[in-house]
Amino acid sequence: MIKVSKLVKRFGLKTILKGVEFEVAAGEFVGLLGPNGAGKTTFLRILSSLSRPSLGEVRVAGYRLPNQAAAVRRRLGVLSHQPLLYGDLTAQENLEFYGRMYDVEDLPGRSLEVLEQVGLASRRNDLVRTFSRGMQQRLAIARSVIHDPDILLLDEPYTGLDQDACAMLDEVLLAIASEGRTVVMTSHDLARAANLAGRFDVLSRGKIIASAARKDIPKDGLLGFYRQAVEQANIEMERSNVSKR
Amino acid sequence: MSLNAETKARSTQGQTSFFKSMWAIVWKDVSAEWRSRELFSAMLVFALLVIMIFNFALELNIRERNEITAGVLWVTFAFAGTLGLNRSMAVEKDRGCLDGLLLAPVDRSAIYFGKVLGNLIFMLVVEAIVLPIYSILYNTNLFQGGLILVILLGSIGYAVVGTLLSSMAVQARTRDVLLPILLFPVILPVLIAAVRASSYYLQGQPMDLIQPSLNLLMAYDVIFSAVAYALFDYVVEE
Repeated sequence: MIKVSKLVKRFGLKTILKGVEFEVAAGEFVGLLGPNGAGKTTFLRILSSLSRPSLGEVRVAGYRLPNQAAAVRRRLGVLSHQPLLYGDLTAQENLEFYGRMYDVEDLPGRSLEVLEQVGLASRRNDLVRTFSRGMQQRLAIARSVIHDPDILLLDEPYTGLDQDACAMLDEVLLAIASEGRTVVMTSHDLARAANLAGRFDVLSRGKIIASAARKDIPKDGLLGFYRQAVEQANIEMERSNVSKR
Repeated sequence: MSLNAETKARSTQGQTSFFKSMWAIVWKDVSAEWRSRELFSAMLVFALLVIMIFNFALELNIRERNEITAGVLWVTFAFAGTLGLNRSMAVEKDRGCLDGLLLAPVDRSAIYFGKVLGNLIFMLVVEAIVLPIYSILYNTNLFQGGLILVILLGSIGYAVVGTLLSSMAVQARTRDVLLPILLFPVILPVLIAAVRASSYYLQGQPMDLIQPSLNLLMAYDVIFSAVAYALFDYVVEE
């Protein structure tokens, strides 16, 4: 469903992604882990067609980016730590607006359906600016699936949420993932990622440095897997710097 | 939460229609503004303050009033318009909504023209309120067909260029000061032509004298609409 090879992204003289290789099968839920500044958000922005790759090949749902971006966008749902919602519109109006942008049919029915799924049907006529952060994030999930995308990209969806809101978000994300969607999620919250994802990739210093299926990682061993991968990458970086000198 | 297969098959084909997505953006901007009235009230209050200040600062006789009316009007529209343009794009940027628009499978020029139409509507509403108040304060009849046409053409040019430049300026930390610095040099031909045409209309000058300014306004609107159409994709690209 997603295939990335030799992906490089540069901003001016700074190289953020240095030859990323990444592949996700249909229906897979991948947790993309990595320290701050590893390039996770940049990577997701490229997958979502918001940013162009400097080099390399990116294919999403069989379409090549950035050339076939419109076809990719129709099959993608994106959820980030920002809700991408308009505070002066009601929950229903926000969904209907995005639904129109995606040419969704039977908009009132469809928006009510997704609002029920995220538990906000009773607040559909309230302005979004009156919502708590957790409610906004649940509405953002409804926004991201209004057009029933095959692929969901989740960029730090738990940022700024309290424990109750996180637990509720877990339930909604599990329900969405169980519908057979392909999901890529970046998160610093390893415990939550461990509950949701079936595979974990670690992105550090602009490269995927480790990848393992959940079944291959011992219970409660995700933190160890992650730390080992990042430390190994740091050691290799040091060695590479020494040999260059 | 899945759509049925038939609906989904229809919705996975290509881009959403240009006009459908453009009107969706206009509807969204007008609905949000109808609720908050933040942008509109800021523009209107500012515009009224400017004409009041000019009214009290320049104690003019009737002949002088006719001569400076066009200048005062366009200074008011230009400054009030800048406030509106800044705010209109800031709303998209601050909550990440611009990304939401760019993620939709729509022609990006539909996003641009949707924002232009929204900005134009706000400007025209403010102008429609300012004109009668100005007429009363300065004892000048501004409700003339020719003058309305000039205001419409000038406002279109202003919204076309202003929306493009505000989508550039909004990426910068100093967007509030950056927009006027970028906008006014580019919009100068519109302001000169609009002031000249408005002034000639108010003075009852013959059409021969007015026509070149009208032509310039129309040409400017068409050329900059085409330029913005071609450039907007690159402006919003990361």
